[in-house]
Amino acid sequence: MPRELFTSPAHWTWLIVVYFFVGGIAGGSFFIAAMLDLVGNRADRSLSRLGYLVALPGIAIGGPLLILDLGRKERFWHMLVQSETFRPMFKWWSPISFGTWIVSAFGAFAFVAFLAALVRSGDRPQRGPLVPFHKIVYGLGPLSKLFLILGALTGLALAGYTGMLLSVTNRPVWANMNLFGINLLGLLFLASAVSAAAATLYLLGRRRGAGVEHESLHALTRFDDWVLGLELLVLIAAIVSLASFFGSVSAAWLAGWGALLIIGVLVLGILVPLVLYARPRMLGGNSGVLAAILVLVGSFLLRTVVVMSSETIESLERVAHGG
Amino acid sequence: MAEPMGFFTDTTVCIGCKACEIACKQWNQLPATNGGQNTISGVSYDNTRQLDGIHWRHVRFIEQFDTRDPNRTDGRWLLMSDVCKHCVQAGCLEVCPTGAIVRTEFDTVVIQSDVCNGCRACISACPFGVIGINPVSHTAQKCTLCYDRLKVGMEPACSKACPTDSIQFGTISQLRDRAQKRVGDLHQQGQTEAYLYGADDKIVGGLNSFFLLMDKPEVYGLPKDPQLPSRNLAPSGIGSGIGAVLVGLLGLLNFRKRRMDRFAAQGHRES
Ligand code: SF4
Repeated sequence: MPRELFTSPAHWTWLIVVYFFVGGIAGGSFFIAAMLDLVGNRADRSLSRLGYLVALPGIAIGGPLLILDLGRKERFWHMLVQSETFRPMFKWWSPISFGTWIVSAFGAFAFVAFLAALVRSGDRPQRGPLVPFHKIVYGLGPLSKLFLILGALTGLALAGYTGMLLSVTNRPVWANMNLFGINLLGLLFLASAVSAAAATLYLLGRRRGAGVEHESLHALTRFDDWVLGLELLVLIAAIVSLASFFGSVSAAWLAGWGALLIIGVLVLGILVPLVLYARPRMLGGNSGVLAAILVLVGSFLLRTVVVMSSETIESLERVAHGG
Repeated sequence: MAEPMGFFTDTTVCIGCKACEIACKQWNQLPATNGGQNTISGVSYDNTRQLDGIHWRHVRFIEQFDTRDPNRTDGRWLLMSDVCKHCVQAGCLEVCPTGAIVRTEFDTVVIQSDVCNGCRACISACPFGVIGINPVSHTAQKCTLCYDRLKVGMEPACSKACPTDSIQFGTISQLRDRAQKRVGDLHQQGQTEAYLYGADDKIVGGLNSFFLLMDKPEVYGLPKDPQLPSRNLAPSGIGSGIGAVLVGLLGLLNFRKRRMDRFAAQGHRES
């Protein structure tokens, strides 16, 4: 029996699944928006603006979910400040510890960029409370660039650290996803989060009235295509990496979670959107919308399968072994 | 620092009376059940089933009988009082993000219940499935090796209560000597399968509560090769880093300044 089957489940369930999903979209949206502002066209501003408008609500929903999941919610600050000494609490080798700081830092970046984005693109506000924020994001030359680069990196960290959090445990599936000395979970979550963020921005950006250029949307779907391709490769590698682990679990476990992973995530969440993006005329004008919705569903299912298959493994295995 | 202290649990003399479980519950004021009725496991005479937030000692019953043989002539009971291993390199302590889990002056591992906020990282980190949430405190709890008793020079409640000395308390060096001698005696008596689990530094740096076992570790619900969660820190950090670089490159290639409207006709006819 693999060593991971001797451990106990943490009971990280739906709150955590939803947090992974929403937090990933928030981080990915900021990353895409900052990339557009850093290297894109001036006309991409209306799309990047949407990215910042998604990032803050995303983390504002996700962060509290993490607190709700605690056994003692009123002590959430013990992760930031040591409750006895009031010194900062930070352990670089504990994913929840550095994750807490990533979430906090990202909250700050997202807050500033959100307020800047409230200023309609193209406007140059002369006065008003939002001016300083607009200035930080767009008006300080190299310092604004630095702000965007750091924010984008924090966004990617937010999207990927959740996978690290699961892998740095002793739990089945999470701690087993290693291939060639690399654990794939952070990489997988990161790709899936960025692709889900692109899908979200696509859905928001194509609405009439969003004022987003076709050209920006096209770049976005092309980007999502590539990221989906990356995610596909990583997912296949992840399944290969779990092969020896699969050998030791029951057919019931495989039939349930394994099937959801293949059909829900790999086929519906990645392959079908790839085809739809590649052939935008297949379903009239709506292939892009369907593709984006499927990407979001796939991204949510991926987190569901990864988290819940490990959390529920004991009960399924107990049934399988007649225990 | 005081000398490292721990438990040596000699499973060969355990009689399964569960006095240690009860003594532990009494001293540490742990609830009998998780707020509900007592349930029976239905597959074993052992109804405690596991270590968790309200079971800091668990006497495991391993009933090795061939159920197809109506006379049950060939078979044996293995009994083992399980507990937190107070690992020299403790997975739970590594991942704890609040600093609630500390190593004490006795080289034991203790969760400070007034600091813990119930994030449960330690539960998934412990290679032995020792920790659980206590339904009264809503924090993660496990054996403290009776830190409060050690502080005043008393021995832990479980070893004190054990009527057969299956659980022995003492300094690690003393216990290791005693355990080696016991294995030697058993081998001499022909019980050559006896061996020690965790009495050297091969298992996560050494277990400060170690065991004398008569069968494979798995039979007792112990992993053969427990590992630290931090073994995945670099591998998954590298993976995430590769992901960030690749996604960054894809962003650069797809979003860098393009000539306007060239692709606009290719299918986004909305608005
Ligand atoms: S056995 Fe588990 S709970 Fe006890 S010290 Fe080791 S890792 Fe921590």
